[in-house]
Amino acid sequence: MRFTLNGQAVTFEGSGARRLLDVLREELGATGTKEGCGEGECGACSVLIDGEVVDSCLVAVGQVEGREVTTVEGLADGGRLTALQQAFIERGAAQCGICTPGMLLAAHVLLQQAGRLTADDVREGLAGNLCRCTGYTKIIDAVLSCTK
Amino acid sequence: MRPAPLTAVGRSVPRREGADKVTGRARYTDDIPAPGAWYGKTIRSTVARGRIRSITLDPAFDWQRVVVVTADDIPGDNVVHLIRDDQPVLAPRGGEIRHKEEPIVLLAAANRRTLDEAASHVRIEYDRAEPVYELEQATEVFSTVDIVKGEVVEDVKDLKDVEVVERTFKVGLQEQLYIEPQGAIAFPEANGSIKIIGSLQCPYYVHRALKRALKLTDQQAVVIQAETGGGFGGKEEYPSIVAVHAALLARKAGRPVRLIYDRHEDLAATTKRHPGVIRHRTTVRKDGTLLSQDIEIVLDGGAYCTLTPVVLSRAAIHAAGAYSCPNVRIRARAVATNTPPNGAFRGFGAPQSLFAAELMVEHVAERLGMSSVDLRRKWMLRLGDTTATGQQLDESVGSELVLDAALKHALAVRPSDRPTVRRGRGLSLVFHGSGFTGSGEKKLQGTIGFEALSDGTFRILTASTEIGQGTKTIFCQLAADALGVGMEKVVLAPQDTSMVPDSGPTVASRTAMIVGRLVQEAASEIKQRLQREKPPLRVEKSYIQPDSIHWDETTYRGDAYPVYAWACTIADVDVDMTTGEVRVTDLVTAVDCGKALHPVMAEGQIEGGSLQAVGWATIEEIKMKDGGYQNDRLATYLIPTALDAPRIRTILVENPYSRGPFGAKGIGELPMDGPAPAIIAAIHDATGVWLDEIPATPEKVLAACASR
Repeated sequence: MRFTLNGQAVTFEGSGARRLLDVLREELGATGTKEGCGEGECGACSVLIDGEVVDSCLVAVGQVEGREVTTVEGLADGGRLTALQQAFIERGAAQCGICTPGMLLAAHVLLQQAGRLTADDVREGLAGNLCRCTGYTKIIDAVLSCTK
Repeated sequence: MRPAPLTAVGRSVPRREGADKVTGRARYTDDIPAPGAWYGKTIRSTVARGRIRSITLDPAFDWQRVVVVTADDIPGDNVVHLIRDDQPVLAPRGGEIRHKEEPIVLLAAANRRTLDEAASHVRIEYDRAEPVYELEQATEVFSTVDIVKGEVVEDVKDLKDVEVVERTFKVGLQEQLYIEPQGAIAFPEANGSIKIIGSLQCPYYVHRALKRALKLTDQQAVVIQAETGGGFGGKEEYPSIVAVHAALLARKAGRPVRLIYDRHEDLAATTKRHPGVIRHRTTVRKDGTLLSQDIEIVLDGGAYCTLTPVVLSRAAIHAAGAYSCPNVRIRARAVATNTPPNGAFRGFGAPQSLFAAELMVEHVAERLGMSSVDLRRKWMLRLGDTTATGQQLDESVGSELVLDAALKHALAVRPSDRPTVRRGRGLSLVFHGSGFTGSGEKKLQGTIGFEALSDGTFRILTASTEIGQGTKTIFCQLAADALGVGMEKVVLAPQDTSMVPDSGPTVASRTAMIVGRLVQEAASEIKQRLQREKPPLRVEKSYIQPDSIHWDETTYRGDAYPVYAWACTIADVDVDMTTGEVRVTDLVTAVDCGKALHPVMAEGQIEGGSLQAVGWATIEEIKMKDGGYQNDRLATYLIPTALDAPRIRTILVENPYSRGPFGAKGIGELPMDGPAPAIIAAIHDATGVWLDEIPATPEKVLAACASR
């Protein structure tokens, strides 16, 4: 089967029933996507499928045939960090960093949506991504700092 | 001579490993390739107490494809090395089972499917015994602590104008819930060496455990910390078990073995915060003068000792709260039950005892008809006062500073516009000893190395780990300013026991303050030497207890901690009177941190710790069933999401400590102490009912309101 991973065409020979999370991490070397709970509660394994945030632990790889998957490795443009990644570093939004890839992807989608974001919008948009280090305050600040 | 201006310390410079963490390049344990590695799995007891009658490998299964490890395969002592030798690495045939989920058999196979099949063909039979779950029924005592100051008032019959307030409080289990579960990869190497790469806080704890169980020399055991996805105490002692298990499998398999827990196993089997019961009897004059505090603490240690005596010690020392009282008696004990062992968790006993101490202030104030803030001002420890252990506080006492700062920044409370919601506010004032208790630092003698290299750069060698709190960045800031060079000139050697000395565990709010001070001193010494010597140069610095610190371990008298950090928290809550749901809407915490080495990271510690405490106080509940945790999945054990979290506002108060690096004090655990009592006081303010037990679940809130 074939799909697009961070802009590159990839092929995967194997069972379409395998979790997308495992195929990304074990077959395609995209270990930036993390497993926190394996049952869709923590969001550490969030990826984008055709631009939408999805828990990759709940998706069979067969479901992404022909679709576009984006992981944290696909956010930066070459060596250039996005404004959001930069804001996460500067504002202390990443501590231990294990939730950061999923959090960044969820925030990335939030920022692409039309309209001005409030702190409450950000809280709602990130409610599927658990963080145990920050208390979320600095994450919310980082996301809001990237709104136009 | 005027000191050089600081160019790194006090500035919120970018986190050292920040770019790796936002790009996915940072390598956590399970991200690390190990060619040819097999997967490991742990088979655990299904009973809470008994003996193992038999372990049978079903002959119908092809065991050639699997490596099986039992207690018989342990070359060294079958002991998880820590404080007491009571916990086996694996419960042996005929051996005792003391809790559910106790490890018995280890398996490794080339793929997970074979592993799962094999696991279903291991049969363990038990002779069951009657388990003990209740504190009152527990007969085995892990440790006791007795603290006596003056003489507590027992009999008030002949005293005039005196009130006695008695109250009993209960606190529940809590899971650390680092988002990266426990895990280690073991690599068998030449000369019988074993290398461990793992998610851990304390490389040398794991090192000692490996040496003991696998009978290895110092050099044969190598422990390397991978990027670690949170710890909060949960990766203080448990990683020793994961690492020793992985090492046993790798040794027998003759190939690397990955032992990575899934969330369910992590929740079911690993340590939790100690639950307990704390009783207070406080005697005061009607004018509010504090006469006597009589306190009894019982903590549930679970099935094995782990770090329980040290947790109990910290609980006892903080039990009288941040107050000055002439007569104090604290009697504390930790007992054994047949539940999985409880262990280290941010705050380490102090949140439990401070919860009770702070609510006692509220109850006494209510009895006297006084404001609890006024009562705190009257009672609080100030410069020159003595604590319950008789420690005279001679510097950096921030009690009043933080109280004033928090009150100044609290917003006006407005009534809720929802008819079923009542709003309330509560306050707490706490202190937390930074660094190890008593003679802990003296005994440990944490050591760091510091090198000036020929290329003009500098290298810090320490086993202190980065677990999100900022060690890697802060140590480089301290070194840069002590040397008078830019931060880019300073690097940190990997946390690898074959390279770095033992600077002690990354626990007890000690890393920035104790180890950071060693970094500062070593860098200053190198700077001096560079005036007359050429690099490469190396110095080692070990902790030396200042002569002014006196601690008597047998009497529990003296300087329990080098210094204390202080915090005042104000919590606003909404209580829905129809559902019983408590929502913390605003949280202000003023913290006396001595000196904020990195303000953004210091705030990050306070905010994250505060939310953990909000969770402990409101929604994080573990229900027990037959000695196991009933809600051992993330779908049922809930922690606060971004939607549940209040806006947390941190006010950093700088009140320097002369022996801290550039004045800093440890604050990693402090934010865990204050929010819970402030929230319970806020619930009372909103509803008029006092809860004596956390978490304040909707069931408890509704029951308390109904019984009013």
